[in-house]
Amino acid sequence: MTETTTQTPGFTPDRASQILQQARAMMEDLHLGPVQRWKAANPGGMAIGYMPIYVPRPLFEAIGCLPVTIFGGGDQIDIIRGDSYFQSYICHIPRSTIELGLNGHLNCLDGMVFPSLCDVIRNLGGMWKMLFPDRWSSYLDLPQNFALHLGGKFYAQELKRIARELHERGAKAYDPEALRQAIRNENRRRLAINVLDELRRNEPWRLPTSDVYVLLRAGGLMPALEHAQMLEEFADAVRARPARPFDNVRVVLVGAFCEQPPLDLIRTLEKSGCDIVDDDLQLGLRYIESAIDADADDPLEALANSFIQYGAATASRYIGTAEKGAALLEKVKVTKADGVVFAAASFCDPALLDQPMLEAALERAGVPFTAFKFSENTGQFQVIREQAGAFSDSVKLWGTVQ
Amino acid sequence: MSTALPVRNRPAVSLRPATAKDSSQERQKQMIADHYEKLAHAKENGQKVVYTFVPGNLTELLQSLDLLPVLPEINALQSGMRQKSAGYIAEAEKAGHSEDVCTYVKCDIGMLKSGNFGPTGTKLPEPDLLLLSYTGCFTFLKWFELLREEYKCPVVMLHVPYQPDGVISPEMREYVVNQLRDEVIPALEKLSGKKLDMDKLKHHLDLSKQAEDDLVKVWESAKHKPSPIDGYFGGVYYIGPIFTAFRGSQEAVEYYRELRSECEARILRNEGPQTPDGVMGEQRYRLVVEGPPNWTSFPDFWRMFAKEGAVVVASTYTRVGGLYDTGFRHDSSQPLETMADYCLGCYTNLGLPTRVDLLERYIREYEADGFLINSVKSCNSFSAGQLLMLRQLEQRTGVPGGFIESDLVDPRYFSKANIENRLQSYFQMIDARRLRVSA
Ligand code: SF4
Ligand code: SF4
Repeated sequence: MTETTTQTPGFTPDRASQILQQARAMMEDLHLGPVQRWKAANPGGMAIGYMPIYVPRPLFEAIGCLPVTIFGGGDQIDIIRGDSYFQSYICHIPRSTIELGLNGHLNCLDGMVFPSLCDVIRNLGGMWKMLFPDRWSSYLDLPQNFALHLGGKFYAQELKRIARELHERGAKAYDPEALRQAIRNENRRRLAINVLDELRRNEPWRLPTSDVYVLLRAGGLMPALEHAQMLEEFADAVRARPARPFDNVRVVLVGAFCEQPPLDLIRTLEKSGCDIVDDDLQLGLRYIESAIDADADDPLEALANSFIQYGAATASRYIGTAEKGAALLEKVKVTKADGVVFAAASFCDPALLDQPMLEAALERAGVPFTAFKFSENTGQFQVIREQAGAFSDSVKLWGTVQ
Repeated sequence: MSTALPVRNRPAVSLRPATAKDSSQERQKQMIADHYEKLAHAKENGQKVVYTFVPGNLTELLQSLDLLPVLPEINALQSGMRQKSAGYIAEAEKAGHSEDVCTYVKCDIGMLKSGNFGPTGTKLPEPDLLLLSYTGCFTFLKWFELLREEYKCPVVMLHVPYQPDGVISPEMREYVVNQLRDEVIPALEKLSGKKLDMDKLKHHLDLSKQAEDDLVKVWESAKHKPSPIDGYFGGVYYIGPIFTAFRGSQEAVEYYRELRSECEARILRNEGPQTPDGVMGEQRYRLVVEGPPNWTSFPDFWRMFAKEGAVVVASTYTRVGGLYDTGFRHDSSQPLETMADYCLGCYTNLGLPTRVDLLERYIREYEADGFLINSVKSCNSFSAGQLLMLRQLEQRTGVPGGFIESDLVDPRYFSKANIENRLQSYFQMIDARRLRVSA
């Protein structure tokens, strides 16, 4: 695994390590330095924060806004004021997000979007309006009806509303040509992510998920094109690096699509013998599972329809008729995974309500799985290390959980 | 709220012995019994059964197509009141459901796994259709995904957008109306085997309006001092018919007419509401309450208020299945639009700032001495943000706020002593404020 934080004196990191280092620094900068630099380089540009998991990023870029993913404070900040806004039985990400907002870390943002992911994010949107009445913020209602003429139409109207409201506050007016270009950039980034995903699947010893994770976290703080270029350069560099295969079990990691586990927890899983060959961490960047039609007559409609037609199966997306768990089983098959690790944030209703249905599908298909909960500021990994170690040993030895 | 104040020894208010039950109560009991009887024989009578939720329900539509509703939340709360929920929740957790999630869902799943015996002890019929009218809470989506796994029956869903800013935009209304027209009504017609008769639907919508008019009068009667109703503990009984299978029926119209006249008669007698132990005497505290009640210890919970002379003059939980006192009425001249507005307007479908505005309005209009939040562990839809609501309301009104925690149907989260202590301290805080104001 590539260590990106510490270096031996006199050691010159290769290009891949340098890029990782840069991405790690970006991810850990809770004052959003990269966003501040982007704003300085793009006078008049607005930075719009959003809660995971998905927002239509190309639309923001098309009107001159930088969409910025806000993943809470992770394990990097002490929660002092945020806790006084939430009962003990509510997950951690809203507290650290409030903390970041109240202590000024998010001051460079010109607005916030709260996509309809769960009741907590939804209500956090209302809290934001009360706590920061002078800043623009908006709830983004994503459709749960997936007929193009119903949910698709409603969603396109939501996108127009967001563009209009931001324009009234200084963003550029919506221009279809600018959106086409933004979609092309997003498609290029998506392709670059696919390349990395393939690499980590084929040679997980060369590219562990913890590294992909860091690289994608940086993407939440920069425009799509720049991020795509970064990923492309990294892919070339990492391929050239020497690497030695390990004998680990291959797992799909599910459930951490909103509040993120600490990076060290992901590494703990890897050190315990699990190669994470797919995951829903930072699902926002992978949510649309196909290229978006950049050449459509109406690119805004194409962007809206991409959500309807190509949106990923996840807990916050209603599954009306399809088999629950089918998408997960398909992932297991495509990635040739040996098993599944469920990692949900404590008190995460969508993930935890979904999990029994996914587990049942895995059981029916004979796919082994294990499950634990975490919080973004979890500091102890011993139990998880033992559990993941036992899981990987068991799967290696018997192909199932004993 | 501060809990440091010592527990005082103030005598409990006297309660007049319980009089005979109000006849509206008897009527409601009969209505519910008849409904469950119909459900018990639904299959042999060839009647189709639709499971659906309380907030944003489409009762008038179901009635127009002769479909029988079952409301899983009502079963869950009834299980809580009948002390069955702990077992059902344990059953669901044993089957792999997390202890972190909404207990209504687990209670329902546990009940299903234990034979699906409803509140009256008879077995509930399996659904022929799950009608997911999804209003104000994401858990509903998961709930019916889970039930669909168990029943393998069709589901039709109505996605109701959220009102973040307390405004129903034309786009929201159009989205709901189009879903009703293109998906929901055709699915219900298919199930019932008949075409929707618009005149029949309009008739039921007119009946809804009549009942809603009377219910609002009942709510507003609490402006009188002493209040003739308890708008929370008593209120949950008042909303029974209108939130469930009966809105839009003649029986509901008669029930609410009777309920209203009982309230008016109590006003004339200067009489308070019934409590578990009799008619409330002196009313020392007029409260507004936010959040659902606890069902597993419901009578005890109510007693903690009644014995202190605390009457709830308005509550938000009783607006979950329809918010009528801000003006909404079903309007038969626009059947689909009015159903859309109803669904969009349920209390938990409103953004937090709008909820705070409503509570502030209740505190002022009902001249409340305090407001209390009962924060339930189960329900993020209600609970996330309540601590900020508390601060905002205290700032805006100067009226003391109280905060207690419990759960809907999981008795593990109802600590009687703890809640009682907190309430005692809270009432003391109101007393202290009164002294300050009058000094
Ligand atoms: S972690 Fe889960 S419950 Fe918490 S905000 Fe995210 S999706 Fe909602
Ligand atoms: S989360 Fe709340 S509103 Fe949703 S189903 Fe549970 S109790 Fe009902």
